[in-house]
Amino acid sequence: MSETSEKQITHVKVIDFMAYRKVATMLSALLLIVSIASLSINGLKFGLDFTGGTQLELAFESPANLNQLREQLASAGFEDAVVVYFGEETDVMVRLQQEATADLGDKVMEALRADGAKITLKQLEFVGPQVGEELRDDGGLGMLFALAVVMAYVAFRFQFKFSVGAVVALAHDVIIVLGFFSLLQLDFDLTVLAAVLAVIGYSLNDTIVVSDRIRENFRRVRESSSAEVINISLSETLGRTFVTSLTTLLVLIALFLVGGEIIHGFSIALIVGVVVGTYSSVYVAANVLMMMNINRQDLMEPIKEGEEFDELP
Amino acid sequence: MPEGVYRCQYRDPSDSYELSNAVCAFVWILRMLNRYPLWKYLLVAFIVVLGAIYAAPNLYAPDPAIQISGQSSAMVIDDRVIKRVSSLLDKGGIKHFGEQATGANALIRFHSLEDQLAAKALLQRDKSMQESYVIALNQAATTPEWLRSMGASPMKLGLDLSGGVHFLLEVDTASAVAKRQDTNADELKAKWREGRVRYRGVSLNKEQVISARFDDEEERDKASSIAGKEFPNLTRLKEERDGKFYLLLSLNELAIREIEDYAVSQNLTTLRNRVNELGVSEPIVQRQGRNRIVVELPGVQDTAEAKRVIGKTANLEFRLEAESNALVSSKEYFEYRSEEDRQRFGGAYLEKKLIIGGVNVSGAKSSFDPETSQPQVNINLDSVGGTKMHRVTRNAVSRKMGVLFIEQKTRMEYSLNEDGEEVATPVQTEERRIISLATITTALGVQFRITGLESPAEASELALLLRAGALAAPMYFVQESTIGPSLGEENIELGKTSVMWGLGFVLVFMLVYYRVFGFAANLALAANMVLLVAVMSILGATLTLPGIAGIVLTVGMAVDANVLIFSRIREELKNGMPPQSAINSGFDRAFTTILDANITTLIVAIILYAIGSGPVKGFAVTLSIGILTSMFTAIMGTRSVVNLIYGGRRVEKLMI
Repeated sequence: MSETSEKQITHVKVIDFMAYRKVATMLSALLLIVSIASLSINGLKFGLDFTGGTQLELAFESPANLNQLREQLASAGFEDAVVVYFGEETDVMVRLQQEATADLGDKVMEALRADGAKITLKQLEFVGPQVGEELRDDGGLGMLFALAVVMAYVAFRFQFKFSVGAVVALAHDVIIVLGFFSLLQLDFDLTVLAAVLAVIGYSLNDTIVVSDRIRENFRRVRESSSAEVINISLSETLGRTFVTSLTTLLVLIALFLVGGEIIHGFSIALIVGVVVGTYSSVYVAANVLMMMNINRQDLMEPIKEGEEFDELP
Repeated sequence: MPEGVYRCQYRDPSDSYELSNAVCAFVWILRMLNRYPLWKYLLVAFIVVLGAIYAAPNLYAPDPAIQISGQSSAMVIDDRVIKRVSSLLDKGGIKHFGEQATGANALIRFHSLEDQLAAKALLQRDKSMQESYVIALNQAATTPEWLRSMGASPMKLGLDLSGGVHFLLEVDTASAVAKRQDTNADELKAKWREGRVRYRGVSLNKEQVISARFDDEEERDKASSIAGKEFPNLTRLKEERDGKFYLLLSLNELAIREIEDYAVSQNLTTLRNRVNELGVSEPIVQRQGRNRIVVELPGVQDTAEAKRVIGKTANLEFRLEAESNALVSSKEYFEYRSEEDRQRFGGAYLEKKLIIGGVNVSGAKSSFDPETSQPQVNINLDSVGGTKMHRVTRNAVSRKMGVLFIEQKTRMEYSLNEDGEEVATPVQTEERRIISLATITTALGVQFRITGLESPAEASELALLLRAGALAAPMYFVQESTIGPSLGEENIELGKTSVMWGLGFVLVFMLVYYRVFGFAANLALAANMVLLVAVMSILGATLTLPGIAGIVLTVGMAVDANVLIFSRIREELKNGMPPQSAINSGFDRAFTTILDANITTLIVAIILYAIGSGPVKGFAVTLSIGILTSMFTAIMGTRSVVNLIYGGRRVEKLMI
């Protein structure tokens, strides 16, 4: 395509994204293989929400001596208690993964207070094993269900090939985020699950915007090849993709830095998700379209909805 | 397309001309392009103002307060109570204000949390106060009168922000079903005896199937028809094994559901009463799913106490004492519950058959016999229980009746799993002990009393145990989370700072990157925040820390709609479109994209709501509301601002 003919089609500088699609495929494959390998070898380090167990967050008046606390707990029969600092040296977290009974927390407090230390209980979490199991099942099921519904919606609004692209991109993002958590052995709790689902929402958002433009350009630009149309579309939406990812990342970084321990996992999952989601809407969703040989004929039927909506804003 | 000629499109496709640049722009102006009719501006302004009003109560920080209510609901809490409390507080030198009595309870406000805690301790030290009133910590809303009169109220804070306890209890509905089948088996036997059916053995297996053995087929069929007539909710199955004839009776799904519903709802009622005993200002006791109950107690600090009161998972059984010549197979030995009685008497043999269970006990309270002034316990039964009790006791006068108190204890059992690791599984065990063994002096009915108790303390202990045992089925704690009040405050602070930083970053970025349009988007973003908070307040949604994360995320994603519109406008400008038409076309063409993108995110948020619990639900709610409000503000709100700035006049260059 010559410079002049491009100018008539679009006024943005067209970047040849699809030239690198083999590299991108390899990169995605590599990330997926590493993620899946880590997930199957290391698994996820499920947090308390999913495994069941007891966790206490305590505040001491003066810096706490962890070894002494461990001994105190061991002599009270809690040999497998994990005792670590939580932020500052006056804050301690005690975790009992295996034993899970309702009155355990009180017993632990009793054992720790045995030597007369002044301790404030900041937080106590007890999750029965059956609840954890259910959550794991529901979470997995919810994710699959979300993917299915989204696939159906995209197929209805766009075209089947787009919905395959969108779902492959989503699965790609979710697996990589999970893989990231597995590889670094970060705690996977309920808020992280929420974040992963939010990643699905975000990544989809991105993919739809790109797909929308690809569809539009297939109808508008008649004389270019599929790769060129996709390149044009990606280039046209690139500015928007960057700005939205940037604003979302800005707030996520704010959450990560000042949001506190509870939503650390949440913000990390979303930060990784947004970065991967941005990449995947460019290279995975569009790549799948290329692989499935998307062409003008796929999009020839005019879609009526667009006309009604034009009236609204 | 020749240079300098554009197609101006209007609402009506036939109404399009090929015109030169200048003419086209002029036509746009004539057509009042990018100007909303007045009502649209007013609508946007009205909605934002309305949002501001309903969001406003959240700006008023609540006062730490103490709520005083009567130990029994019959007590009137009026100004006299307030006077008494005030004088106590004044004596203790604790500053207070805004006292208010509603009749059902009274509220006293304090300037600081320290004062509040000190006041609670002070009031509880006063013996007569503590005996007659429930003293609870509370957060008194400070919403001004004019806002309250419009129905505006602040958002509720989740436990992670207010501090408090969250319990998830599981009702052991299986044991309720087992108990019902037990009773059914007994009643079946009685019916068969009445119908002169010879049965050989009736047993109940682990799957709660009653299995009855008969010598010949005829007897079995007779038994089956009686069972079918008397127990329509039992499914019958005939079987022949080793020359014997069996009848298998199991509860159908509907009957099981009914038993479960009954068990859960009775537990709910009992729990509500127990929670009221704790004097928490806004407790939540709710059924969740098939057999779970959520209890949330905001502001509770003494969690051990809360758990003691709530966790008294207990049940009752009334049984006759076994006669001395009774068969070994028909009696069971039980120990006394109280240490003292156990040492003096050890235990007693009771019949295996129970008269009634805790499910039939509707009330129990300690009092004094008006004639002898001796302590006693009055017991009320429901009508079914009364009938059963009467039927048994009229033939058992001068025999003794024992009351068994059944407690659930959890014990860890260790075993090796497939990988040879030691795993601990909690095992629920039952402890059945006698709390009362008294002589029946007359046929008993729906109301009767237990006398001969040694002290008022013993009487009130017994009454307490009877009430505690009046549960349909035992419950277990399956989840607990306690958030200390200091952590709650920390979390609010964290939430505030992250919203501030997140919002700040985005506002600055948008202003720098899109200038005048960025300013419009920022106004829309601010309006979005106001609307989001307003809708959450109106819906009575609960704000949690993940919910705040949802707000922050909404801020990041809400600008997406504007970014989409603005990039379209920039594109159209680059394509050489005049400013006014670029604005119009940008908004128009971005709309479907925005709609599609938001609907899919909304689908995900709804699924998240369906599967999530507690804090995650809070996240899903904020995310969904945020999507909806951001659609309005980012499209209509931004458009209004842009129209006000650029609309209806000649513009050479857009600041975008």
